[in-house]
Amino acid sequence: MLSNLGNILLFLNVILSLSIIYIANKNLKIIGGINKIIFQLNLIQSTSIITCFFVLIAAFIVSDFSLITVYQNSHSLKPLFYKIAGTWGNHEGSLLLWAIILSIFSFLFLIYNKDHPKKFRLLTLIIQNILILGFLFFILFNSNPFSQISPIPSEGLGLNPILQDPALAIHPPLLYVGFVGSSIYFSAAIASLISNYSEKSFSLSIKNWVLISWCFQTLGILVGSIWAYYELGWGGFWFWDPVENASLLPWFAMTALFHSLIVFERRNIFYFWVIILCVITFILSVTGTFLVRSGILNSVHTFASDPTRGIYILIFLSLMIFGSILLLFQKYKKENYDLNRNSKETFILVNNWFMMFYLITVLLGTIYPIFTDALTGNKISVGPPFYNTIIFPVVAFFLLFMALGPKTKWIKNKFENITIYLLILAGAAGLNLAIIFFFKSYSLLSNFIIISALFLIISSLMDVAKALKKNKLDFARIISHTAFGFLVLFIGLNDIFSIEKDYNIKLGETKKFESYSIQLQSLDLKNYKNYQAVIGKLVIKNINSNQTNILNPEIRIYDKPKTLTYEAAIKTSLIKDYYLTMSNIDRSDYYNVKFQKKPLMAWIWISVIMIVVGGLVRLFNNAKNN
Amino acid sequence: MQKIIKIIILFILLFVIGIFYISLTRDTSYNTSSLINKETPEFKIISFDESSLYTRDDIKKNNFTLINFWASWCAPCKIEHPILMKLSQTKNLMIIGVNFKDKEIQAKTFLNNLGNPYDLLAKDENGKQSVKFGIYGIPESILINKDLMIIQKFVGPLSVDDYDNIIKIME
Repeated sequence: MLSNLGNILLFLNVILSLSIIYIANKNLKIIGGINKIIFQLNLIQSTSIITCFFVLIAAFIVSDFSLITVYQNSHSLKPLFYKIAGTWGNHEGSLLLWAIILSIFSFLFLIYNKDHPKKFRLLTLIIQNILILGFLFFILFNSNPFSQISPIPSEGLGLNPILQDPALAIHPPLLYVGFVGSSIYFSAAIASLISNYSEKSFSLSIKNWVLISWCFQTLGILVGSIWAYYELGWGGFWFWDPVENASLLPWFAMTALFHSLIVFERRNIFYFWVIILCVITFILSVTGTFLVRSGILNSVHTFASDPTRGIYILIFLSLMIFGSILLLFQKYKKENYDLNRNSKETFILVNNWFMMFYLITVLLGTIYPIFTDALTGNKISVGPPFYNTIIFPVVAFFLLFMALGPKTKWIKNKFENITIYLLILAGAAGLNLAIIFFFKSYSLLSNFIIISALFLIISSLMDVAKALKKNKLDFARIISHTAFGFLVLFIGLNDIFSIEKDYNIKLGETKKFESYSIQLQSLDLKNYKNYQAVIGKLVIKNINSNQTNILNPEIRIYDKPKTLTYEAAIKTSLIKDYYLTMSNIDRSDYYNVKFQKKPLMAWIWISVIMIVVGGLVRLFNNAKNN
Repeated sequence: MQKIIKIIILFILLFVIGIFYISLTRDTSYNTSSLINKETPEFKIISFDESSLYTRDDIKKNNFTLINFWASWCAPCKIEHPILMKLSQTKNLMIIGVNFKDKEIQAKTFLNNLGNPYDLLAKDENGKQSVKFGIYGIPESILINKDLMIIQKFVGPLSVDDYDNIIKIME
């Protein structure tokens, strides 16, 4: 029943998209406003695709195992929350989520951009609907979440236990709004090229969309990191895993994009650069999807792969790339930038160079193993050493530019009071020395990065003082930039001051190291709805401060599917996290215990949230000014 | 000039997509079960102290050989270690440990702390030799008989069942 309803709704959407394309195309040739029917069709389109998604959610809730997707990813005993989250935790369901976001953004873009030329709006709509059609066909003919299975199984296979987590339930939707949200400015960019709409008002039509997708993308990456931190049990939060990289690549492009949009809006230059960035962002999003879904990358979270999926996305990707690039070549006119080397424009351009540098580095690191494998048969993996060596030294310079850039003036700038900057730099270096002196740790690179992070923080905070006097405060920028400075600072400090110890320990045994002692006091067996857990009680004692903490790491045995997972026990405080994982050693009384002390973890998360808050403030201001 | 740049860009993109296509059509699901009942490939692995080379001749000397791929950074390797220690006490079985992409000091500490079950210890610093055995993740172990035939492959940490299995096969 649900299967038929879902399929009917999907077909309805195909028809709606085709009619929107047809009517919009006809409307292009007629003088006058946009045909009202187009608005209505768009509204129906968004509503019906959302309904379609609710049908799938319903199938998950009632555990309708006649649908293959439900059978493969759910189980009747699963808690309701994870039944619902299971809807988008798999390939088919998540593609439906893609289609929803494409449609909703298409509708919202149409109704919120009334001041822009009709031709541009209609073309954007047409291109966006071509994308929607592409995804609908993919869903219908290759990855249909409503495909049936016969005979109907009495029970489902269950959702991978490490995916049964609240953070992971919201991680994909957040990331998809970012990823897929970039489709709308891809469509707008292509429409702008076709309709020769290259005035600076073009930037107004897309800048909020860029910001929205950027905010969600950042949050999505953050939630993914938090999940990896407490679920994967390695104690890290970023692993340079290909799938993580896939989410980072469009983020770099988006960040570059909304910075150059500022220049475009203000000075009416960089038009083609903006267009290229719009195109790159969405192409990278689709490339990321391709890499993750086709199974050509081996990674912790690759979806069950099926080569035909890969072929489909690859064809889609190629059409997009070559279509947009040929159009761009045809329309490209050389722009003469008469840029003063010392001006805000140049500084923003420098930001873009940095972003492109990061983007290319991460892109190379991600696809290089694919290349060596295809060309030479060598299987290699590019790991953290590559990224850490190439990216981190550059971050130090990046932060310095980030501190100076916003203080520059448009067109022609003159740095006044260079002594102030030197003083700030000296202050930052002094603070850093104090950190080394009091906490006794040293690493050249981290210190370099910490100094520049402090430089950025101090100078951003001084901006607040200055701006308050003039009553002209760019809060959004200050919050985001300062928070980014803090983020790098906390990551640096965290890197220097983390402690990691690894022991095999018996019940009742105590191990001592530095100023800590760790004791395995007791073990407890508990039964839960869908798993059994061996819960350890470990007492961590700080000998200096006589403070004790009790941590309870778990070894979980899930029934459906039968899996063993290790749950880290984390004690978070504002200053530090204690992080403990425990695993059993077969046929022995020993447990392997890994203890980590990780300073300032909470502040790393808070900094990222503040970066997003900056973006939201900008969005709010933009809305108010309109 | 502009034309050349355009052609180069197109060429690069075509190349990337071409590679993606080739990767898609390649068999990337590393199914190594086909190795079972086949002869051990020729190999030359350097010993851990770099004093000698181990080859197939070292396998021929024993009734059964278990080649175990491990590293100090691999948590599941710790889990299977007690099983290996137990296996090391059985007769008729030679255990060759191949230390995979590891640092020497850390590997030594690992064995000092948990015990050394290996009759022969070799290393594969860049992971190239292990590829011949179809190793794509560690721990992984291969059971080989006197005639160089691969009898069994164990992907992931050895379990108690695997232990019983190995003992059974050897009987």
